[in-house]
Amino acid sequence: MAPKLQLAIYWAAACGGCDVAILDTDEKILDIAEAADIVLWPIAMDFKYEDIYKMEPGSIDVCLFNGAIRTSEQEEIAKALRARSKFMIAFGACAAWGGIPGLANLTNREEIFNTVYQETATTINEEDIRPDTNYPGPEGELHLPRIYDRVWSLDQVVNVDYYVPGCPPTPETIWTAILAIVTGNLPPKGTTIAGIKSLCDTCEREKTEKKITQFKRPFEIIADPKKCLLEQGLICCGPVTRDGCGHRCTNNNMPCRGCYGPSEKVSDQGAKLLNAIASIMDVKDEKSAQELAATWEDPAGTVYRFSLAKSLIYDYKKGGE
Amino acid sequence: MSVCKTRVTIDPITRLEGHGKIEIFLNDAGNVERAYLQIPELRGFEKFCEGRPAEEMPRITSRICGVCPEAHHIASTKALDAVWHVDPPHTAKKLRELLFNAHMLHSHIAHFYALAAPDFVVGPGADKKDRNILGVIAKVGLETGQEVIKHRSYAQKIQAMIGGKATHPVCGLPGGMSKPITEEERQQIESMALSLVDFAEVSLQIFRDVVLKNKAYVDLILSDAYSLNPYSMGMVDENNHVNFYDGIMRITDPEGKEYVRFNANEYNNHFAEHVEPWSYLKFPYLKNVGWKGLVDGIESGLVWVGPLGRLNAADGMATARANKAYQEMYSTLGGKPAKATLAHHWARLVELMYAAERMLELSQDSEITSTDIRSIPTQTPTEGIGIVEAPRGTLMHHYVTDERGMIKKANLVVASAHGYGAMNMSVDKAAKGLIKEGKVDEAAKNMVEMAFRAYDPCFGCSTHTLTGKLPLLIRVYNTSGEKIMDLEW
Amino acid sequence: MNDKFEPKILGILCNWCSYAGADLAGTSRLRYPANIRIVKVMCSGRVEPTLILKAFQEGADGVLISGCHPGDCHYVDGNIKTLRRTPLVARLLTQIGIEPERFKQVWVSASEGERFGKIVEQMVEDIKKVGPYQKKMGDQLDVVMDEVAASAKEAAAAAEEKGGLNCGS
Ligand code: SF4
Ligand code: SF4
Ligand code: SF4
Ligand code: FES
Repeated sequence: MAPKLQLAIYWAAACGGCDVAILDTDEKILDIAEAADIVLWPIAMDFKYEDIYKMEPGSIDVCLFNGAIRTSEQEEIAKALRARSKFMIAFGACAAWGGIPGLANLTNREEIFNTVYQETATTINEEDIRPDTNYPGPEGELHLPRIYDRVWSLDQVVNVDYYVPGCPPTPETIWTAILAIVTGNLPPKGTTIAGIKSLCDTCEREKTEKKITQFKRPFEIIADPKKCLLEQGLICCGPVTRDGCGHRCTNNNMPCRGCYGPSEKVSDQGAKLLNAIASIMDVKDEKSAQELAATWEDPAGTVYRFSLAKSLIYDYKKGGE
Repeated sequence: MSVCKTRVTIDPITRLEGHGKIEIFLNDAGNVERAYLQIPELRGFEKFCEGRPAEEMPRITSRICGVCPEAHHIASTKALDAVWHVDPPHTAKKLRELLFNAHMLHSHIAHFYALAAPDFVVGPGADKKDRNILGVIAKVGLETGQEVIKHRSYAQKIQAMIGGKATHPVCGLPGGMSKPITEEERQQIESMALSLVDFAEVSLQIFRDVVLKNKAYVDLILSDAYSLNPYSMGMVDENNHVNFYDGIMRITDPEGKEYVRFNANEYNNHFAEHVEPWSYLKFPYLKNVGWKGLVDGIESGLVWVGPLGRLNAADGMATARANKAYQEMYSTLGGKPAKATLAHHWARLVELMYAAERMLELSQDSEITSTDIRSIPTQTPTEGIGIVEAPRGTLMHHYVTDERGMIKKANLVVASAHGYGAMNMSVDKAAKGLIKEGKVDEAAKNMVEMAFRAYDPCFGCSTHTLTGKLPLLIRVYNTSGEKIMDLEW
Repeated sequence: MNDKFEPKILGILCNWCSYAGADLAGTSRLRYPANIRIVKVMCSGRVEPTLILKAFQEGADGVLISGCHPGDCHYVDGNIKTLRRTPLVARLLTQIGIEPERFKQVWVSASEGERFGKIVEQMVEDIKKVGPYQKKMGDQLDVVMDEVAASAKEAAAAAEEKGGLNCGS
């Protein structure tokens, strides 16, 4: 019998939903267990750093890494796991493009700390205490990892072999990826394992090439469940988002927010979506274009809902030196 | 200042809505000076939610936790109703409550069977190789094991039916829900709910047979190392019965007397949060009692939330079977309030029954398939607070918006945080009670772990199933960095 | 601000009006600052937002897009596409924190060489005020990387030595 696959599952700046998604493969989880030895799954399995450091390079066949990189500890572990894994897989939107935690790149650590530890309505912190990486407690030193100024996607920190998209990935997507790994039927390095079309390509809502005269927000209208949401004025990320989720949001009469990431050949999900949206704006002069654009609140937080950390201009720093 | 000779580090511990770490400091005599439960992570949602359209909050904040995304989604949606001053149609509220109870079922099933049961069903002192879900299945039978998987997946299915996705639902909007359910879906939900009620009954029976009939366990539950004396908080209906989705917040004091009741929008009058330099997580406490540090009793502002906090703060359950289970629990524990940390597990099963019964009621409600599920907001958005009872306890979302409904300020006080002070105390107390004269033996370790496990509803299940062991390692060093011992369990 | 800073501006000009205009500025010695590097495209409608972002990513301090005046587009409505995109791109950049001075979209006809020169001059001046397009936000990744690599090495060495790490340090 061939030796079992050595599988590690790790989470960094994550929500745990990716791990629940693995459980949601239901009975298939037992097949996964059959095909693989899970050597690490810290969401529930407790381990220490040295357990990773003790592993030989290459001793892990596949590492499913979910979560973005937000702290020094997460970066350290990502590197340690990379060094020991034959295949490093960015699992879920956070690992792949920063995900929703990546929206923190619209701000920075100091602003976050000020808000969380000083400004929120219920915080009472007269002495202006901030959590510290080294705190000399009365009984001895206490350590916390450093929180970075910004959020990184996994591939901005280590080399990544494959991407499994979604927030979280569907059980079908996960199963496809696991099958590819177990059978050794692997696509070229760098492949995102999901559909190759865009969500719009497979969406069953009726499309009529209708242009829009006003952007609508989801709470303002009751969307027609049969017609394209974008043509009803709701921003939908379907045109630039990778197919493969089973249209989970649009089937629930809510617009897509792009959690399956950019579709094939799209280098920047947000910029591409802006282009798609602009093309259906029913305006012919600058003034009305500006007026219409102004009715769309928060373009950055919408088009980059899951991929801000991987935007082409992800690393802009305001204000010069 | 005495610097400890040795410290015991558990890093990371089993997930507590995020990463966690325990540092136990020993004094010269080898006794515990102090144990700390640290949270080494912060993602900053409260900041980066600023500037987002408020109606996106249910879909953004669910990403705080993928284990209880429905709780964030619904708390957020309720806050939006308040922000836009809109009252959703009956059916929308019922659908939300149905979704929420399905969520409670999923979470409580995973926690009880995978996380808690290994300690009780198999036993705290059992061989670590058996102290996992496989051991549980060996004790209760393979059939029951399959029932566990089946019923958790029912709960997930119902959530996906209503919410679009089981994890990170998309259905909540200010004033209602995005999609109604069909009669066919209703029937499916009803039959799953029926089955879940039976399953909850079986679960309570397992608890009686395996735990309550075993004097050693009962003694353990009632022992001093696992008792705490904080306030208790939960949401109640007009009869002071537990409700997860909507109602009035009720807090009882350590003697069981009502301390205060308040509406969601008064939350800020009653709670404040304290910052410690050694953790990224803040400590919520009762504002009018004040921050007294990590102490319990009437003078302390710490509260129990979650299953036991809710049951302590209520007078009973709104459904028949659950209420019977409630009475049974308190008569066995010697009345209210229960002070036994480990009774959280029992309370969780009482709630399991309530969630199943409530879901059944809702699935049979004549309004549940109505398509009247949205009230379009007409008023100018301002500010709002939404509270639900998440599986782990009270969850509060508070938004302030501009007149276009863009978030200006967000404040989120999550269930784990509400319990964080008490959790820290339980860990400290268990460590102090169980580690003496530098002796950190196998039993002591597992029992420190059990102290936080009572609060931690995450699914150790998966791990236990797949590896057959709990690879938690505690390593003890002296001050010169030499290893004294390795403790694995 | 650094006086010596000479902004690099990428000018993306449509072939039919704007490039001709810029060309006129060049040939009639109506000098415009050397800060601008011009790329010719067939129509301003071809300039997708991705391209604008790429320009910044590749080191531009500013991006100037110029097409024919509305109504004059060689491809009839190419510049209508442009005018639809412009406000969206501008808002996106501002939200990310990129100063509005760095992105400009104008209409320049073949006969407006002088005007084109003035536009570029103004843009250079404005960008000088806001400074260079500064990459790297917050922790410099390579510094962080070095730090982490060092601490990881230390940790590994310590683990080696004691067969384990102490207290998560
Ligand atoms: S990708 Fe989504 S489900 Fe996965 S960890 Fe990130 S937020 Fe959670
Ligand atoms: S824009 Fe959205 S609703 Fe329209 S076709 Fe694409 S995915 Fe479907
Ligand atoms: S519709 Fe869009 S946001 Fe929703 S699950 Fe699919 S890819 Fe993700
Ligand atoms: S050709 Fe000049 S803008 Fe289209």
